[in-house]
Amino acid sequence: MIRASGLGRRFGERRVLKGIDFQLDRGEFLLVTGPNGSGKTTLLRLLAGLLAPTDGTLEVEIDRGRVGFLGHEPLLYRDLTALENLDLYGRLYRVSERRERAGMLLERYGLWEARAEPTASFSRGMMQRLALCRTLLHQPELLLLDEPFSALDTEGAELLDAELGGNGPRTVVVASHQPERIAAHSTRRLALA
Amino acid sequence: MTGYLSDVAALARKDLVVELRTRDTVPSMLLFVVAALVVFHFALPEGSSRLAAGGMLWIALLFTALLALVRAFVGERDEGTLDGLLLAPCDRSAIWLGKTLSVLAFLLFAEAVALPAFALFYEPLTWELVAGVALANVGIATVGTLLGAMAAATRARELLLPLLFLPVALPLVVGGVGATLADEPGRYLAFLGLYDLIFAILSWASFEYVVTE
Repeated sequence: MIRASGLGRRFGERRVLKGIDFQLDRGEFLLVTGPNGSGKTTLLRLLAGLLAPTDGTLEVEIDRGRVGFLGHEPLLYRDLTALENLDLYGRLYRVSERRERAGMLLERYGLWEARAEPTASFSRGMMQRLALCRTLLHQPELLLLDEPFSALDTEGAELLDAELGGNGPRTVVVASHQPERIAAHSTRRLALA
Repeated sequence: MTGYLSDVAALARKDLVVELRTRDTVPSMLLFVVAALVVFHFALPEGSSRLAAGGMLWIALLFTALLALVRAFVGERDEGTLDGLLLAPCDRSAIWLGKTLSVLAFLLFAEAVALPAFALFYEPLTWELVAGVALANVGIATVGTLLGAMAAATRARELLLPLLFLPVALPLVVGGVGATLADEPGRYLAFLGLYDLIFAILSWASFEYVVTE
């Protein structure tokens, strides 16, 4: 499903990622660890197709519309409400019954009461919860999560834990500074230097 | 095709809703264009020709459009939401077309005030002038949105966009002024239509390469 061979990425003269090799099959859970600046975010952005490799090859055998990406930015419009943001992405991802699906996710992540508020008024934790809703809205087959626990409170982290635990046929790649938190879910591990 | 148009409509609607809530762009365009026309009115010597007045109008409209274009992709770049749109399975050109339509709507708002103000300060509106403005709007929005996306990726976008846009927009000024003042406006209106067609196709086809690696 995902094959990386000699994968590398440079930004100008600076080499952020070098010689990464791995293969990931459907349903596997890859935990990516490494210190700051080791290239975890760059690897996830390469997998999402937001960056192109400068070295090596990367094959991701999955449609763009079946990828869910949660990065450092929530990718949400601050002047739209929570529901409007999810409705926009639901339309673009062709989610059938998008309003019901958005409502269900907002309920699950404790944002239903705030659904009609512009996200500019959200706390960082609420934004992260809504970003998770956005990521999960179209039931992606490949889930790419970059430090997903950041800004989440205990309840939010437990909800995410439960989401990752019920993985099913979904393939997951998580980059995290807190590997102990999700080590139990992971089937593979990639340590970046 | 229905899906494509639905994406375009959703993206344009999003921009209009955001503008209705923030009022970041249209009010500044309205203030600028009215202020410019007032200043030009007093700057021109008494008895100046209609040729000068027509030229002033096109200068005011072009610089007013720059205000909309500079801000067109600011939200997407500053909030990182362009990545969200690029990740979605919609055709990337739908992002350009949605943005172009919202810029076009902002221009129409500004001109709904600017043209009556021009009639008030200078001379009555003619159908040639209105047709020229309508055609020039399409050219400004199509090519300006593409260049706005390019400029938004840089730190010096406020400086870079005019440098990129004004040379490309010069034919619009030539066509617009010609349509407003020439004895045979048809030739100039046809020229504006051709410009719109060529740059709409070029912008539609090249947008994906501007926003992706």
